[in-house]
Amino acid sequence: MDQKRILDSGKYLTEFADRINYLADIKGGLEWGSLKELLQRVQNLRANMFDLKEDELFVELDQIDRRLEYMEDQVVQDLSPIEIVNIVRSPQRFTLQDILENCYDSFTELGGEGECNIDPAVVVARATITRRVKNKIYYHQVMVIGHEKGYGEEFRNGGCAKPWGNEKALRYMKVAETEGIPIHSYIFTPGSYPIEDYPGAAQQIARNLFQMARLRVPIVAFISEGGSGGAEAIGLADMRLMASRGYYSVISPEGAAAIEGRIKEGGKVPRELVEHCAAQLKMTAEDNLKLKTIDRIIQEPPLGARRNDFNFFKQLRYEMVRATDEVVLQTKSFRAFRSYALKRQGKEKDNGRAFNDEFDIHIKWSLTESEKKRLLEFRSKKYRAMGKGYKELRQSVLSRLGQAVESVKQNYYDIRYGLLRQHSRQVQKLIEEVSSEGSVFLKTVTEPVREAYDFVFPRPKAANGVNQYDPLKKSIFMQEWEQYISPLANEDRTVSCPNAEKYGCKDLWVPDLYGEFSGVCPTCGHHFPLEYQWYLENLFDPGSVREFNQHIVSANPLKFQGFDEKLKKAVEHTGRRSAIITFDASVFDIKIVVAMLYSDFRSGTVGSAEGEKFIRACDRARTTRRPFLAYIHTTGGIRIHEGTLGVIQMPRCTLVVREYIDSGGLYIVVYDNNSYAGPVASFLGCSPYQVGIRSSRIGFAGPRVIRETTGADVPPDYHSAKNALKRGHIQGIWDRREFRKNLFEALMTMGGPHLYYK
Amino acid sequence: MDINLNDLLRKYKSHPYEDHQIRTPHTGTVRLHVKEGQEVTGPSGRWRHRPGTLLYVLEREGNPKRMTSKYTGIVAELRTGLDGCFVQAGEPVMVVRHRLNKDEIIDRILREVLHVYAAPQRARYFFTPEVAAAIDKDKAKAFNVRPGDEILIMSLMKRDSLLAYEGPEGVLYKVYFKHGDLIEQGAPLFGICAPDRLPFAEKVIQRIRTEWDD
Repeated sequence: MDQKRILDSGKYLTEFADRINYLADIKGGLEWGSLKELLQRVQNLRANMFDLKEDELFVELDQIDRRLEYMEDQVVQDLSPIEIVNIVRSPQRFTLQDILENCYDSFTELGGEGECNIDPAVVVARATITRRVKNKIYYHQVMVIGHEKGYGEEFRNGGCAKPWGNEKALRYMKVAETEGIPIHSYIFTPGSYPIEDYPGAAQQIARNLFQMARLRVPIVAFISEGGSGGAEAIGLADMRLMASRGYYSVISPEGAAAIEGRIKEGGKVPRELVEHCAAQLKMTAEDNLKLKTIDRIIQEPPLGARRNDFNFFKQLRYEMVRATDEVVLQTKSFRAFRSYALKRQGKEKDNGRAFNDEFDIHIKWSLTESEKKRLLEFRSKKYRAMGKGYKELRQSVLSRLGQAVESVKQNYYDIRYGLLRQHSRQVQKLIEEVSSEGSVFLKTVTEPVREAYDFVFPRPKAANGVNQYDPLKKSIFMQEWEQYISPLANEDRTVSCPNAEKYGCKDLWVPDLYGEFSGVCPTCGHHFPLEYQWYLENLFDPGSVREFNQHIVSANPLKFQGFDEKLKKAVEHTGRRSAIITFDASVFDIKIVVAMLYSDFRSGTVGSAEGEKFIRACDRARTTRRPFLAYIHTTGGIRIHEGTLGVIQMPRCTLVVREYIDSGGLYIVVYDNNSYAGPVASFLGCSPYQVGIRSSRIGFAGPRVIRETTGADVPPDYHSAKNALKRGHIQGIWDRREFRKNLFEALMTMGGPHLYYK
Repeated sequence: MDINLNDLLRKYKSHPYEDHQIRTPHTGTVRLHVKEGQEVTGPSGRWRHRPGTLLYVLEREGNPKRMTSKYTGIVAELRTGLDGCFVQAGEPVMVVRHRLNKDEIIDRILREVLHVYAAPQRARYFFTPEVAAAIDKDKAKAFNVRPGDEILIMSLMKRDSLLAYEGPEGVLYKVYFKHGDLIEQGAPLFGICAPDRLPFAEKVIQRIRTEWDD
């Protein structure tokens, strides 16, 4: 043993140095404890190793080892959230490459290797994973998709996926769907790389979420570093596992600290504030399990798994196989087998063993058509049940009565558009097929049948009364229907157009600007921001706005310090309880459902209440077969004070939007003022019809974040609607004064004669 | 020679500045934000999107307008008496005196001496191979250009067209663009110097480079 130790002493010293550096990574420097002194000791020992006697060398090695073990125990005992973040960021932490090499038996990287890759931050591989059942090996094919941070390789961008990297991920997700193999996604990203170049950071994440919502193969995700939207791009999974020393957060603690402390660009963020924010954001695995944003925690060694923790990889392999089994078994109709299989596997854990890489049964991961359908149902159910950090106020008797009426209405719509419509379509199709033969003879046969059919299923009236619209009675020109005047117009002063220098715009008298000109510069067309009430009054038919779900209100589910006061202030300021208003309205007699995010309440940020209200509005549009308009007066992204409960609204809402669109709904998104981050990268950016109001800004991250993340400056008009249109992120730009007219036209042209095209 | 080199140099030496008169664009009350002799900077940033130093605020009908400097220089002839007063449009408020450096003076004098050929439209421009080779070998000044000579290729939408030079005969003295760059309409492409003016131009540059102290 001693002989071996002498031979290995050099190796031990390297290992000690690694352990010291690892502790320094966790504690934020060598200043903690006596790390510096210990490192010096190790370096001295290495330099004088051959000058010492054997005994002295062993004593010294033992002492250092014991000292290190003691210090590691100390670190483990009071591991703070920021230290967990530091563990994740340590260059010694395992990466996707380690997982591919240690958990999978063979793999082939797709779409490039190393630097020669469309995006080296995203790795896609066709891999084989095995399971041992009673000494027999079974192979499973999977598609592995994940972020690769690399071992300090700059070209990996620290695992920040560029838009085309996420596009690559999506492409291979579709390949997996075609081939019917499950997807294992590994999330190791501090966030997406914030650039707007096509396909666009936000838009591509939205597309990924939209597709993943109905991807007909099991998806299992493992989170080590879950940085907000970047994580969601490949994270909408049927089973979400998380490393016990990983983090999953809405924003980096430094980003949150800069916002909370209102730190100016380039300013130093105090360390204490960063630590405070890390704790407040509830980003650890335990926190996320409590918040139900993940399903299970995979235990790592107490100080986190490193590249050479082979036991951890063995356990991870077992957990990934087991999680995939669970997802597959969920879809099986043979319930007894399902519970038996899960029970047997659960028993292995109950026996006190931390993990076991042997399985009792072999489960095939291919799904039949009905099982795929069930898989999607489970996915939908799972995400609908997540992220409920809002409050529901007690409703008055009148509102509850209203709800009962709504419920009756819903049943009516279900029968009217669900049951009857389905049959009517089938009969109609049959008649059309027969009639298309065009023979007079057949017509004589089909005519009585058609008459009988028309009697039973009367032809739908012009949908939602569209044909009743008489242009002579109601003008579509703003000047004639304008009634509401913005309170901004009540000031006797002038303002300058920001484009005055470029286009020579004259100063504008405020009552003119916000009255007659609807906040639009008559010279250059620049749109000055207007309050959301202006749209409520001027966009929809007078008196048609009927708000619903007001009882769902924003809360402080994470008990984020100081947020209660901020929330209270927002409520006092706006008289509302969330940043979204959902309502029924009509535009030239076309009934629509609207969700409106507005700026006055916490900058239109999306939290649990906003997500839930959006989902209910979308469901309402689906059941009532109405077009759904998302008018975004302003959104600043996901509300950081709700942590991952906010982030989870991204996949949740996108999934519901997907269901709505798949059922034939017409979903139109209109961006105004500023629309950034999470919502654009999910339930807004996934719409096939997205339009910007002139002078609006649309993007993923603001200029400051771009500068701080990429180190490159962006031009002042980087996020302008015009540039968004040039990049293909939106499909058009509307003038505010023609919003109503354009919306009507969009409903008519995109919605078709029945405003519901399926 | 109609330009006297000594006069020219004397002119720039006696007043090595470019004065930019700052006038009120419209009526309003002036609030000064600079002092006589203060250094001010013009817009900065890659897209010149960061405004320059705030010179004064002009307020009309409750609309305080921040007037920032478009030039880098020193505030001179500041009319402090206007501070807090209502003024008419076009009222001079101050002068921003920009001190010219060597290159700027050379450029100015050369513009008087050279015939500048401007880009006829927004396109990519290339010299014909023989001209490009001469420029590469630093022998452009030996290249004589006559009216009608086709020395430029204008490349637009995959179509290359030869441009015939129009202007006085002379040598290719200065090139203002990089080979193959996208040039806006009206931007200078090159300057032609008449052979009889060539020694003069070279003398100017030489004297300014040796005598001028930035």
